[in-house]
Amino acid sequence: MKQPQTSRRSFLALAALTPFAVAATSACGTSGPGTSSGGGGASMWYLSGEPNQTTMQKAVDTFNSANPDNKIAVTYFQNDAYKTKIKTAIGAGQAPTIIYGWGGGTLKTYAEANQVDDLTSWFDENPDLKEKFFPASFGAATVNGKIYALPNQYVAPIVLFYNKELFEKAGVQPPKTWDDVMSLVKTFNDMGVAPFSLGGQSRWTSMMWLEYLLDRIGGHEVFNAIFEGKPNAWLDPAVIETGTKIQELVSAEGFIKGFSSIAADSNADQALLFTGKAAMMLHGSWTYGAMKKGGQNFVQDGKLGFVQFPTVPGGKGDPKNGVGNPAQYMSISSKATEQEKESAKKFFKDGILTETVIDTYISSGSVPIVNGIEDKLNTSEDKDFLNFVYDLAKNAPNFQQSWDQALSPTAAEALLNNIDQLFLKSITPQQFAENMNATLGK
Amino acid sequence: MSNAVSTAPRTTAPARGGSEQSAKRKAALGWLTVPALFFFLVFAVVPLAGVFILSFAGWDGIGAIGAAGMDNWFSVLADPGLYNALGLTFLIMIASWLVQTPISLLLGVFTAGSQRYRAALAVLYFLPLLLSSAAVAIAFKALLDPNFGLATGLGLPFLAQDWLGVPHLALGLVIFVIAWQFVPFHTLIYQGGVRQIPKSLYEAAEIDGAGTIKQFFHITLPQLKYTIITSSTLMVVGSLTYFDLIFVLTGGGPGNSTRILALDMYLRGFRANLMGPASVIAVILVVIGLALALLLQRLGGKDKQGSQLEGL
Repeated sequence: MKQPQTSRRSFLALAALTPFAVAATSACGTSGPGTSSGGGGASMWYLSGEPNQTTMQKAVDTFNSANPDNKIAVTYFQNDAYKTKIKTAIGAGQAPTIIYGWGGGTLKTYAEANQVDDLTSWFDENPDLKEKFFPASFGAATVNGKIYALPNQYVAPIVLFYNKELFEKAGVQPPKTWDDVMSLVKTFNDMGVAPFSLGGQSRWTSMMWLEYLLDRIGGHEVFNAIFEGKPNAWLDPAVIETGTKIQELVSAEGFIKGFSSIAADSNADQALLFTGKAAMMLHGSWTYGAMKKGGQNFVQDGKLGFVQFPTVPGGKGDPKNGVGNPAQYMSISSKATEQEKESAKKFFKDGILTETVIDTYISSGSVPIVNGIEDKLNTSEDKDFLNFVYDLAKNAPNFQQSWDQALSPTAAEALLNNIDQLFLKSITPQQFAENMNATLGK
Repeated sequence: MSNAVSTAPRTTAPARGGSEQSAKRKAALGWLTVPALFFFLVFAVVPLAGVFILSFAGWDGIGAIGAAGMDNWFSVLADPGLYNALGLTFLIMIASWLVQTPISLLLGVFTAGSQRYRAALAVLYFLPLLLSSAAVAIAFKALLDPNFGLATGLGLPFLAQDWLGVPHLALGLVIFVIAWQFVPFHTLIYQGGVRQIPKSLYEAAEIDGAGTIKQFFHITLPQLKYTIITSSTLMVVGSLTYFDLIFVLTGGGPGNSTRILALDMYLRGFRANLMGPASVIAVILVVIGLALALLLQRLGGKDKQGSQLEGL
């Protein structure tokens, strides 16, 4: 008699509490953004930051008003934060319909885990779309012979930018060889200007130096071997020489004071260049658009110069080789509903890289990955830069995708961590090579 | 609540005997812990068990989970990165305690006074308590920027260090910012503790001719023994979980100089896609946290029920 009573009371108490508990626990499960958007539309995550955010928003708005049944809902994230967030969301089954990324090793992990749809047959059904893009842009979208992503946006090689005003004041020319670099470092340090701007806390910014140096010193074959996971590929003498050159540059105070605490997310590294605190900056071509928009007429007044990365005496690499992002990529989450997938594919076909979007990219200083745009580039007010980027990408015998995107996430994180330590001189080039060699095949 | 439940059976069934009554009472009280137990189970025990199981699995966070045996444990325990992170964690823990305890103790004693100006100052001291760690980190990062920060803005060259770019400076700065953020909280604890000390003790001391300093060391400090233990436990165990602040401020850098254990766990798991090894570190964190909490409780002495106010 007594026992049931106690338990009934407790049961009632429990029953009263359960809804809260369920609400509390289920809230974690469903609050993730974007799996469902009303009306059969698709969700998409994209990077914040100008000018691309506005360009994408305009493209989405145009598409949405033309296709009210297939609306795209887009959410913006900061670059460094996005890279972590998207991986976690995919792992938790909370990914948006359209997964934005850079292809390569990360896309490979998604594809191998069946998290993104194989788009090969869809491209076969839409040959016009496939032929619209630079053929080279499909490389990083392909895993085991199948296409898992739509290349889009623009080609973004890494470019050596310089401040023309400061170079005129110093009476010097932009560097053509590594020796020029080292002598310019001295010139600008004597002038009280930092030779190179660098947002070292973001780490992939420092990585761009290694990418070019290794290519110039040892040729593109060295990284190819690393990419293919060949035994002891990182122990190549060219890797050691690259590390040595980097540390020589750091020791000569080639980079701005405090570079290791500057993050690229806030564009502080670009600000150092256009405010005249630094004379040069090695960075992606996308910073041209950002500096044009945020650089207080620095670009418009013709003060921004740009050259190819200098050669290294005795180096094996072709001086025309380029590194950077061959394109940006969009995949479709295999967890999305059929309706969401249809909306996404419609957006891929009709919403991205329309004539208007292509024009917007060109006017913001980027080269879209679309064939037959030479005329448009030539009539743009940024034609010098656009043609420079176009030629660099087109004429490069080898265009190496950014390492942190080409490698698997595990190897990429180890790479960025070791690059950070290499720039701080807390490890030697030899240790760098050995640490990285341990990550081969991971 | 406890009263209502325990008296309820009595009205329906008359008492039959003392021992049965107390057993029933115990059973009823036991049920009261159900809600708390439920949350503890769902949000602490289940994830903990999950992490423990994952520490023996190979998982990249995206694909399928596979068994890995002891591989994760061997690889993490053989990794010098773990010992670097452990060392940094303990260094930050000890430094934080050494910096924060005296400051919060003195501030707590100061703000416990009844004067108006003390209350006004106390409000200012407690301000950092209202700010989220991420906001604090972003603000300090902007203030300390070597090129665009406070030092350049105010023209103070001695402040223009590369605070977040030089390993030992970054570590010192992290300890400073943590103290800036958490001292107010511990001050609050000490303030409450000091206010609980009976006035008569100080009055008696004054009659005996003890000055302010003697009163502090012979009355305030001994009376705050348990407050100190509570505050220290929170500081020490809490320092194991410092994450958001350091993540935003330095990201573990420069190099690995502020990569403490909690951050190491996150970076391995979510950046490098190594959920197995990250789980190993999580298990290590739990063990260390438990051991420290138990140790600090022991330091408090065994007679926890003993009164500090005997004879009053």
